Amino acid sequence: MVTRGSVLLVLGRGFVSAFLLALAVVVLYPLLWMVLNGVKSNAELFGNPFALPVAWRWENYATAWNRGVGDYLMTSVLVTVTSTLATVFISAWAAYGLTRVRIPFSRTVLILILAGLMLAPTVALIPLVRMFQAMGLYNTFWALLILYTAFRIPFTTFLIRAYMMDLPAEVDEAAAVDGASKARAFWQVILPMCRPIIVSTVILNILFTWNEYLFAMIFTSGGDFQTLPVGLTNLMSRHGTDYPVVFAGMVIAAAPVIVLFFAGQRYFIRGLADGIGK
Amino acid sequence: MTVANSARAAAVPVAGAGVPNLSSPPARAGRKDARGWRNLIWVLPAIGLLAAFVYLPLVQNLGFSVLEWDIYSGGQTFVGAENYARMFEDPIFWKSVVNNLWYAGISIVFQVFGALALAALIEGLRSDRWRRTLRAVYFIPSAVSLTVAGLLFYFIYEPQMGILNAALDGAGIGQFTQAWLGQENTAIFGIIAMSQWQGFGYCTLLFAVALQRIPTELYEAAAIDGVGPFRRFFSISLPLVREMSSLMMIVTVSGAFQVFNEVMVMTGGGPNNSSQVLGTWLYRSGFVKNDFGYASAIATAIFVITLSLAVLQLWYSRRRRVEW
Repeated sequence: MVTRGSVLLVLGRGFVSAFLLALAVVVLYPLLWMVLNGVKSNAELFGNPFALPVAWRWENYATAWNRGVGDYLMTSVLVTVTSTLATVFISAWAAYGLTRVRIPFSRTVLILILAGLMLAPTVALIPLVRMFQAMGLYNTFWALLILYTAFRIPFTTFLIRAYMMDLPAEVDEAAAVDGASKARAFWQVILPMCRPIIVSTVILNILFTWNEYLFAMIFTSGGDFQTLPVGLTNLMSRHGTDYPVVFAGMVIAAAPVIVLFFAGQRYFIRGLADGIGK
Repeated sequence: MTVANSARAAAVPVAGAGVPNLSSPPARAGRKDARGWRNLIWVLPAIGLLAAFVYLPLVQNLGFSVLEWDIYSGGQTFVGAENYARMFEDPIFWKSVVNNLWYAGISIVFQVFGALALAALIEGLRSDRWRRTLRAVYFIPSAVSLTVAGLLFYFIYEPQMGILNAALDGAGIGQFTQAWLGQENTAIFGIIAMSQWQGFGYCTLLFAVALQRIPTELYEAAAIDGVGPFRRFFSISLPLVREMSSLMMIVTVSGAFQVFNEVMVMTGGGPNNSSQVLGTWLYRSGFVKNDFGYASAIATAIFVITLSLAVLQLWYSRRRRVEW
């Protein structure tokens, strides 16, 4: 029997599904357009923007790579790997101290670390520029490594500390009975037990560092050491008329993190949820 | 205890008998270090980096904001509150504040309320596969950097090759085509629209996680009582994720006052400073116009705004009795 209610329900469901699918198209089409434009010719770009490429010019990717995108990618990988490792290691080390070791003024220390969560990087920008100029670190790898690490410690410590607090105290007691030092207990017992949150923080830090623009632009745009976000804007201004190459560069910049997201989706979602939901 | 013991036994193959235990130091150091000063080694790297590169510059910024200062020649003159006085009379400063407020307001509509409604729609789907697929698809733009997304939308809005004007033409409403980023009245909204596209999936994902934590019995009981989907959303979902929404709102507004990347990439604050935000106006004042004292005053304004919001956020989480 078809009632008015059930007709409405089916109509409602259909409407919702149509809306969700339309939204998915709005999300995906610009990305697809970016990929397609990366294999078109410049003349095609200025023709019908919805047309498929006539010939798939994969050589645009090689051109982009040779015009600097390859170097930017390597720089991004280097900065991302080192600063992520440094951040996660220093944060886990601090989180262990905050949760499982007796420390003088531990509450003050805790507040000092976590209060860093509240501070916008923009506010520290100008003094940092002077400081790094004085240290001779302007336009170097070290500027980005130091800044990314310092500014990501509060959030990363916050996540790892929350996780460590939930580990039972018996774990440490067992290690202590064994005569294992705190440092040994950290490396061999606690750190392996924190694997899920470590993976989450690694992914979140990769996402941050790979895409960071403010520090990268201010501290490295003058030299030839540049990460992808800054490098792409350079590619745009230097070879501005060769747009397909710019699109190819954009795809090269975006692809690694999208792949990482799908590969580590489970950890990614948990890390994000922990980050804001705690 | 036995479980923990065997876990430890597996993880620590060699018992470190000769290694000193930091928490109970040997007798020699024991009395001197009753409070455990040596244990500060655990937090020293973190505290040291934060002190040198986060807190020190923050304090220095306040000092710089009362100077007239040329960063290249190094010449500095004390000018007191003059930079602040100039700031409050600077129409572009206020234009930037208004643009940041537009950013915040529009983001609240789409990335808090919109994302919450969207998350509820997704979680209401019957197929788990579709739920997961849609959540992931909507999230993809958030994995793309704001630089790439900004450049992409720069091209989408571009009158010669962009798809937005072409789509409007194709839909028979060609009278709406325009140079979206090239006009003073549309530039900032073009940027904000891009930012919604880039960020709504992230918020939807977070709300979806929050909604999943609501016990399904509540919905089942309501369904048995004949409560429709709209009332279920307003009477069950909404109250139970209210705290999450408040938190998201504060994070969103705070983020809206730190905007820099996309404006820089898409318009650089133009045309004619119409899309300037506090972050880009700070950059332009300092790094382009070499007026670093004034730029520091703008930085202080950003500091006051974001810190107030952060304190508000802290107050919310305290109220929720979340361990801090």
